[in-house]
Amino acid sequence: MQQFWEFFSFADANIRYVTLGSVLLAGSSAVVGCFTLLRKRALVGDAVAHSVLPGVCLAFILSGTKNPLILLLGAFITGWISLIVIDYITSRSRIKEDTAIGLVLSVFFGIGILLLTSIQHSGNAAQSGLDKFLFGKAASLVGEDLIVFGIVAVLLLFTTILFYKELMLLCFDQAFARTIGFPVRALELLLTTLTVLAVVVGIQAVGVVLMAAMLITPAAAARFWTENLKVMLVLAALMGAFSGITGAFVSYTAPAMPTGPWIVLIISMIAILSFAFAPKRGWVARLMRQRRNRALILEENLLKLLFQLGELKQDFETSRSLSDLLERRSIPKRQAIHGLKKLKQQGYVKKKKKRWILTIEGEKRGRRVVRLHRLWELYLTQYLHLASDHVHEDAETIEHIITPELEKRLMEELNYPELDPHSARIP
Amino acid sequence: MIVQVDNPVVEVHDLTVSYDRKPVLWDIDLTLPAGALVGVIGPNGAGKSTLIKAMMDLLPTSSGYVRIFNEPIKQVHKRISYVPQRESVDWDFPASVFDVVLMGRYGNLGLFRGPRKADKDAAMEALEKVNMQSFANRQISQLSGGQQQRVFLARALAQNADVYFMDEPFAGVDIATETAIIELLRQMRAQGKTVIVVHHDLQSAADYFDWVVLLNMRLVASGPTEKVLTQELLEQTYGGKLTVLSKVGDLLRKQEFPARETKV
Ligand SMILES: Nc1ncnc2c1ncn2[C@@H]1O[C@H](COP(=O)(O)OP(=O)(O)O)[C@@H](O)[C@H]1O
Ligand SMILES: [Mg+2]
Repeated sequence: MQQFWEFFSFADANIRYVTLGSVLLAGSSAVVGCFTLLRKRALVGDAVAHSVLPGVCLAFILSGTKNPLILLLGAFITGWISLIVIDYITSRSRIKEDTAIGLVLSVFFGIGILLLTSIQHSGNAAQSGLDKFLFGKAASLVGEDLIVFGIVAVLLLFTTILFYKELMLLCFDQAFARTIGFPVRALELLLTTLTVLAVVVGIQAVGVVLMAAMLITPAAAARFWTENLKVMLVLAALMGAFSGITGAFVSYTAPAMPTGPWIVLIISMIAILSFAFAPKRGWVARLMRQRRNRALILEENLLKLLFQLGELKQDFETSRSLSDLLERRSIPKRQAIHGLKKLKQQGYVKKKKKRWILTIEGEKRGRRVVRLHRLWELYLTQYLHLASDHVHEDAETIEHIITPELEKRLMEELNYPELDPHSARIP
Repeated sequence: MIVQVDNPVVEVHDLTVSYDRKPVLWDIDLTLPAGALVGVIGPNGAGKSTLIKAMMDLLPTSSGYVRIFNEPIKQVHKRISYVPQRESVDWDFPASVFDVVLMGRYGNLGLFRGPRKADKDAAMEALEKVNMQSFANRQISQLSGGQQQRVFLARALAQNADVYFMDEPFAGVDIATETAIIELLRQMRAQGKTVIVVHHDLQSAADYFDWVVLLNMRLVASGPTEKVLTQELLEQTYGGKLTVLSKVGDLLRKQEFPARETKV
């Protein structure tokens, strides 16, 4: 707990830098990742992430230093080459893109691991810390590293915003973009470069193994919450930044712990929560919608029953017992009681001595359901030429979803009918 | 029956298009008149979409060239407009109807500039023309097929072009939308625009178009509707596949042969 306050008071300059760095890295790669995701290139991010490792190692071997600029350059070059190779394989052979990605990813990563191992066994003292590129270490984001990586991250954000309109069109409708004269090849190149750069700066914090998750997961999570691209970008950035801070904190409290897995764990949790709880698109929202629909159907069926009984006996004043209702239609008893109680709360029915009676509003609603049922039956027999004994089942569901506008249209098309196909009066 | 015109809006010269070295369009050579409603008609897989895409320079060609207003397409981007097939994009994209229609203005804006107020006016006006103004803020993922088509049309209208290329704008839309669209196309023709439409319903073709291009891997006919929609030409277009032509195409692909000797 004390460490928590120590960290989040940001009193220590080092902590401030580390936090700032993580937020920038995670946030910028999340923003770029939105476009990668919408372009349906999520797997490509993974390939790039794994392909930067040989570049980092080669840059170190050739230069003998851990200068961040040089390592970054190495990473950038092999990341880029991997994409060109994927493109080349897909366009020049019958190998499909996913296979090409898998191939390139494993070959490049394999070479990277090979190089890394040989460096580690070379006895070169300067190499200590290179392995943090595998799983990342936010806490090592200090001094020169931070400045370089931070600048690149800001550049990424800036470029994405500058090219917002172009990137959006590229992702939505590339063919159209070409016909209006957009330099589509150049824009593709730009997005590719942004993706590679985002990966390259992110690996410092997350490591090559999990970098693809950092690119795509915030975007996928953000997509659940919004239908607006700008909002999606902001949300993804915030989610990325939050997981970045968490990673930095872990790095601070447990220096032996690799940061990458923590950051990715947090962002994955956010993604899972989004998947479950996001309004509209989320799983719970869908369940709720289904529940609401079921409740609505039950209530309207009960109102309909009460109305039909009244219609049958030409008497809406008498109250009916539960068994009267269940006689006409088998609804599980507990559900029926529950539904009636709810209708009472809503003011559609009244309860008198354990018997039920429609209020004026309830009668109106019940009548409407019955009317829609019969209208729909009539519509099916007249327009779809279904036999009159085949239309009831269908009308049972449709009666609950017809809107007032549709009802009006139905009435017009059926010419304000009096009787349904079973010669019952349409109320 | 291939009628050539003077001062054509679109000129296609000796065009051959291949996928993976297999030609799907052979030696198309045609000209289209200005101010016409042109129907491109042929069976499934005849290469109608391919022709449109090649005209818009969206596909590499094996031979030949396309001129629009006597210029290569790169010079006339602002005067042409493309309405792709509805299925060609993923409608589950985080954008509103208005966002998509506004894309029609991007060509005029150039890079880096955001849409100006005038562009928004133009987009709204285009939406009104297709009767979708009340859907401006609707998410595109919630649209029906007919509504998607209208949105694409509105985007094209917002471009204010002179030649329109539309790939199956009537596919999968309801009657009301089809009538509305054809009415709109006629208005565009009345304003002197040229509209080229891929269409697959023969019944309505005679009524809709004043120029028809019949296509099936090769050009069967191109000319005024009444001269082209004849029993004989339709039989040539729809009657059976040209097996030799497609066998030769397969050979070209398998042997990795160029479609033209000069293009290796
Ligand atoms: N991207 C593609 N790659 C390979 N073959 C294609 C591709 N697109 C279309 N084809 C083939 O080209 C032929 C013409 O297709 P298309 O132009 O879409 O026909 P249409 O629009 O007339 O139905 C078809 O045989 C189709 O299978
Ligand atoms: Mg087609």
